[in-house]
Amino acid sequence: MKNAIHDVMIITKRQLLQLARVPELLVFSTIQPVMFVLLFRYVFGGSIDSGQPGGYVQLLMPGIFVQTVAFTLASTAVGLAEDMKKGLIDRFRSLPISRGAVIIGRTFGDALLNILVLIVMALAGYAVGWRPTSGIVQTTLAFLFLFMFGYALSWIGILVGLSVKEARTVQSVGFLVTFPLTFLSNAFAPTTGMPRALQYFAEWNPVSTMVAACRQLFGLENEFGATANSWPSQYPLETSLLYMVVLMAVFIPLSIRKYKNFSS
Amino acid sequence: MKSVIAEHLVKTYRKGEVVALNDLSLDVEEGTVLGVLGPNGAGKTTTVRILATLLQPDSGHATVAGIDVIKHPDKVREQIGLSGQYAAVDETLTGWDNLVMFGRLYHLGRQSSIDRANELLERFDLTEAARRPIKTYSGGMRRRLDLAASLIVKPKILFLDEPTTGLDPRGRQDMWSVIQELVKGGVTLLLTTQYLEEADQLADEIAVIDRGTVIARGTSDSLKKQVGGERLEITVEPEDLATTNEIVAKISAHATHVDLRTVSAPVLHGSKDLMEALRALDEAKIHPLDIGLKRPSLDDVFLSLTGHVAEETVLEPIAKKKRGGKK
Repeated sequence: MKNAIHDVMIITKRQLLQLARVPELLVFSTIQPVMFVLLFRYVFGGSIDSGQPGGYVQLLMPGIFVQTVAFTLASTAVGLAEDMKKGLIDRFRSLPISRGAVIIGRTFGDALLNILVLIVMALAGYAVGWRPTSGIVQTTLAFLFLFMFGYALSWIGILVGLSVKEARTVQSVGFLVTFPLTFLSNAFAPTTGMPRALQYFAEWNPVSTMVAACRQLFGLENEFGATANSWPSQYPLETSLLYMVVLMAVFIPLSIRKYKNFSS
Repeated sequence: MKSVIAEHLVKTYRKGEVVALNDLSLDVEEGTVLGVLGPNGAGKTTTVRILATLLQPDSGHATVAGIDVIKHPDKVREQIGLSGQYAAVDETLTGWDNLVMFGRLYHLGRQSSIDRANELLERFDLTEAARRPIKTYSGGMRRRLDLAASLIVKPKILFLDEPTTGLDPRGRQDMWSVIQELVKGGVTLLLTTQYLEEADQLADEIAVIDRGTVIARGTSDSLKKQVGGERLEITVEPEDLATTNEIVAKISAHATHVDLRTVSAPVLHGSKDLMEALRALDEAKIHPLDIGLKRPSLDDVFLSLTGHVAEETVLEPIAKKKRGGKK
């Protein structure tokens, strides 16, 4: 067990080292969300009636945060697929290290990267006028939620990375999944304007429940995402937690099994 | 004692559609070098992956250092070093970072990992590049670093899968001398290659594989004897072909091979036979367009052992969906 923790730590450290050697990596993971912030805040924000004290940016930032961590799915998958393609995973597997250390280490590494990215995004949000009003405890709790959500999604990324062979395919699949998921939600616009079927999808979408949960934790009073009295929109915190637990309960064992059975 | 034993290995892909290994057996005596020679898709990489515990055979049995690779892969991993045909290292990190990381994954302490990394970088002439990302390395440097990574815990048994494929002649020479040094140190080595010359240079014994099974085995000399050593090859105008064929047949003890304008045949005495051929051609007033001695290539080995040229078609379907390396 001591060895297993040590192995995981070394693999995680590798990703931090990558960041130290190529600091641009952090720029690449934050430039897109920062662009989204500017785009929505200044281009669309002006014409969206948020009905929110403090303006649209208060609703926007939780959406951006969730979207940003949602991309963990793709980045985990791409990173793993690249390691496989380059034979690095084979090398790791030929070493006398504990099973699973390689993929667990990667999820930890991506989680740590997420912390950095969230800090950058929070600062960017602050710069354009985002102000959480709920106090330090609730705000921290919101970030903890975001962190956990990213972590849960990176386990889907592991399974995708192990299953798809080409890193470029993984990239496209990742975007193909995360883009509709983040836009068919309450992240940027109210779901009330959507056709009935979409609205239904959007309200059960884990991205929406996460956004709603964060908005609540940041101290927003009204929810432009919550429309009908659907269960997820009424209990966003509980639903989000449930989603995370289910995702991890399903994808952690699946990924580990896939990794172990790699040899057959 | 045999350090590596593979018995009746069978491995198929795609539910049996593609046969990678078809009853392959081989062994390596402790402290010696076995060269596994074969074309792409012959099953070289599959064999190495099974022996290095990365892949499970459908059937068959294999031991490395006396340990069953299927039953106790973890114990095998403590005994072996593996270096593939591509550099399996983290390219964004420096050479030093990589070696220290692998040292720590082998559970060397922090300081020992650092010491070992420095020692290996020095030995493989990479000290100057140690603090640069691998991305900036040349192909030869990458391979050397990859090899260094597989030597961190001084393995007794080493698997090198096509260590020089894709390298330029200089890189290949460097790699050969590095490998020869290792062998002097007493490591048991299983090396796969597509080049007869490489097997000739490095291996004590050669196993030729084709379509997933060993088709010939022996020392490089005995194989060459089977192939017929060097070949005399003469290109002439078509009207001189018949006479030339007679001349070559007289010199060579083996059957000649004739195509449009070229006559070739194995010869035993190299340049002496070449001079004799020249003299005979001159007497017959034939002026060859080209004449020379050719060292046997993998194709020649295959041609004489199997009657067909080295093909790459066996694993073609799987090759398309492979992950970078060959299965």
